[in-house]
Amino acid sequence: MHDTFSRRSVLGGLGLGASMLAAPAWAQGHSVHGGGHSRSGPLIPAGFDEVRGPVVDLSIGSGHRIVQGKRGPGIAVNGSVPGPLIRLTEGQDVRLNVTNNLTVDSSVHWHGLLLPFQYDGVPGISFPGIKPGETFTYKFPIRQAGTYWYHSHSGLQEQSGHYGPMIIEPRGSEPIPVDRDYILLVSDFTTLDPHFIMNRLRTGEGYFNRQQNTWTDDYPMSAEERRMWAQMRMMPTDIADIGGKTYTFLANGRGPNEGMEYLFKPGERIRLRIINGAAQSFFNIRIPGLAMSVIATDGQPVRPVEVDELQIGAAETYDVIIEPGLAAAYSIVAESMDRSGMALATLASAPGLRADVPALRDPPLLTMADMGMNHGDGGMDHGAMGHGGMDHGSMPDAGATPSASMSMDGMKMRDTSLLPPDVAIGPGIDMVSMAPVDKMGDPGLGLRDVEHRVLNYRMLVARDANSDVREPSRLLELHLTGNMERYMWSFDGRMYSAVSDVPIRFAWNERVRVKLVNNTMMAHPIHLHGMFFEMVNGQPAELQPRKNTMIVQPGASAQFDLTANEPGDWAFHCHLLYHMHGGMMQTVAVMGPETAS
Amino acid sequence: MIRVTLAALALGAQTTPALAQDHSAHQAEPDPHAGHDMSAASQPAAEPDTTDGMDHSSMDHGTMDHGSGAEASASPGPEMETPPPPEAGSGPPRAADAIWGADAMRASRADLQKTHGDYNLFWFQADRAELQMRDGADDYLWDLQGYYGGTTSRFWFKSEGEGSFDQRIEDLEIQALYSRAIAPFFDLQAGIRQDLAGPDTTHGVIGIQGLVPYMFEVDTALFLSHRGDLTARLEAELDQRITQSILIQPRAELNLAAQDVPELGIGAGIDSFELGVRLRYEIIREIAPYIGVEQTWRAGRSADFARAAGDDPSVTNFVVGIRLWF
Repeated sequence: MHDTFSRRSVLGGLGLGASMLAAPAWAQGHSVHGGGHSRSGPLIPAGFDEVRGPVVDLSIGSGHRIVQGKRGPGIAVNGSVPGPLIRLTEGQDVRLNVTNNLTVDSSVHWHGLLLPFQYDGVPGISFPGIKPGETFTYKFPIRQAGTYWYHSHSGLQEQSGHYGPMIIEPRGSEPIPVDRDYILLVSDFTTLDPHFIMNRLRTGEGYFNRQQNTWTDDYPMSAEERRMWAQMRMMPTDIADIGGKTYTFLANGRGPNEGMEYLFKPGERIRLRIINGAAQSFFNIRIPGLAMSVIATDGQPVRPVEVDELQIGAAETYDVIIEPGLAAAYSIVAESMDRSGMALATLASAPGLRADVPALRDPPLLTMADMGMNHGDGGMDHGAMGHGGMDHGSMPDAGATPSASMSMDGMKMRDTSLLPPDVAIGPGIDMVSMAPVDKMGDPGLGLRDVEHRVLNYRMLVARDANSDVREPSRLLELHLTGNMERYMWSFDGRMYSAVSDVPIRFAWNERVRVKLVNNTMMAHPIHLHGMFFEMVNGQPAELQPRKNTMIVQPGASAQFDLTANEPGDWAFHCHLLYHMHGGMMQTVAVMGPETAS
Repeated sequence: MIRVTLAALALGAQTTPALAQDHSAHQAEPDPHAGHDMSAASQPAAEPDTTDGMDHSSMDHGTMDHGSGAEASASPGPEMETPPPPEAGSGPPRAADAIWGADAMRASRADLQKTHGDYNLFWFQADRAELQMRDGADDYLWDLQGYYGGTTSRFWFKSEGEGSFDQRIEDLEIQALYSRAIAPFFDLQAGIRQDLAGPDTTHGVIGIQGLVPYMFEVDTALFLSHRGDLTARLEAELDQRITQSILIQPRAELNLAAQDVPELGIGAGIDSFELGVRLRYEIIREIAPYIGVEQTWRAGRSADFARAAGDDPSVTNFVVGIRLWF
């Protein structure tokens, strides 16, 4: 039998990171000063320490980070990036004293936690923010267990390193016995000021994409396909807005050459808590030679399901169990979705041992199906588009010649009559999905035709039955909308700046099915604060998996069921940081029990 | 439709998709997926539970359009959107005001609104800043533009100028425009243009700027001068990437006039036509030196005006310049 979950083993694993920390003077925040995203100030080390207890003190400061020799801006919690592991126990009360040593406002949002809305940490929605020099005390009872994380909800601070992991141990003993318990927090590092990034996303087309179509690329695209994309004024290479030329992808704050290492002994059972703390990146996670048994997502347990690879959207978490065999080492590969780079860590049976690192795979391409052109089949999800496949089915008169078919498609890529009347039609919508279908079974861009087992949302089944299995009383349909050229992002065609005073409203304890329709060619990880929803993924209501962040695939729809039983105002947004700042955000207002009729 | 297909596959009924059409069967046997044990560690590697990879040639698409698929029976829910009940309340979100006070919330709420979505920024581009070389004189030319504003409403300015190094500047114009998005890829622009070289001329401007299919950047404008002369300009350029950093840019410009404007050397009809191609290297995205060649033709009465002024109505220039933006 395995050892029970032990705190020491966790620390042992973290110790490799923590031992590299500078003196804990950082953690006290004394030397921390400064405001924005400058590259001056003290060096912020990578890796994290651990804090726990009924009272947790955190300080936010600025400095600079050096990743693989590249110097970039840093905003740190307790002096490290990521910030410290906050370890709490279900059922405890916690006081988190957060001191802001920046020269600008800051905040901490506890991602995925059930708490009174005023402690959710979103300036302008849940509280006024934390002023420079001020200490704000968050206090709330811990009502859940699992893997979570926290990050700034002020400005673009998250990009510069203001994030960290959180583990909440279940009341009683951990039902999942493991020998070691490790955190893998993947994120994206840049030498650039994030405000510069936001500016260039708005003003420079494809500024951060170094994998664009060119005359000399080797993408498997026909001349006809290239012509068609140009006709549509869209880029099939727009997988991630920001690629590996700009980002260095991090594992627990370390670049791929900086040796993030987890120790193991053959035959041990290891829980790896994977957190995507990236500002703007999705990752494909795999450990060549090892299967991963997914046991939780967004902190909530699911029935174990074994896969060889999974795609994790920004802000999602997955807990997986791995059982390393006799190899000396295994590479944990977190390839960015656009395959422009990877975060890398090693499972090593002795310090310093390394396994082969697989080369980056070829970048994926968007297809017609990612524009919502699903002509009755899924055949267009393959890497290269099948024109034969596009001509059959619902467009009988379009198949005369390929070009006739294409130009018809081109005209249909923005048929606003397909949108419901509550969507504001305007320049902020450059595309309308023609026939959006539910793609909960989609493993994600680039993973649709890999040979091994890849996770998709349909494979997730709640381990513990949901308490509210009422049939939803109404449907709320929200359209994810955008304009790539202007870098406008929105729900229902209205950017947050236009609807900051127009919340999405729910009655107390109302059970609502929310349908998200993605009218863009990008995958959006949509996050609801303060509540879990259950993904409508083919499971019966009691077994629908609980999540707080759900990827809506390009051109597709996705649904969740929500019991609106956490009163207050909550943020609801795309968790790609620059999409949120581009407007894809809205406030959700849940009425309190006193309003129930 | 895909969901129905998936249900069929999950039931292992790939060859009998008709099974998946029978929704009453689903109700009797609540969930096709539940019967299919997802929790088993021995889940088959080729689990066909994805949106693709299925053999759709064997499916009858025509019969798959009804119902909403497997979910409807596994976890039923409403199909039509309905408004929230009255108990959902109304008005702006102000829950935090009750906790922290309206005054305390005001600044952060305004800041959140200001920074998430539509906010103003500044953009400047020197599309062409170049030397034009041919036998005889060498000329210089600039073609600048920029804006300050939000995503759909902007103050836009443009300036073009050219001349020879050994002479007084030949053309110098500046435009100040209000630019409003009228479509995802197009702005309608209106304002004034002032010509500062040659006879002082003020024009009213109305035009459309944007991106047409096939990624051509176009800039078209009508100009009505204070003397009542109507002219038009149509510009189009196309950025084609040869590599990630080397681009080739064909460019065309057509100037038209509704009447002769002798004091500006413009003849009615086609005044001039320019065709050029530039090859540029992006040192960084914002800084790209280029070389190229451009041919300009004056036509009809304009050609006559040119000849009368001692100029050749057909000119080929080699150009070297730099494209900048920030």
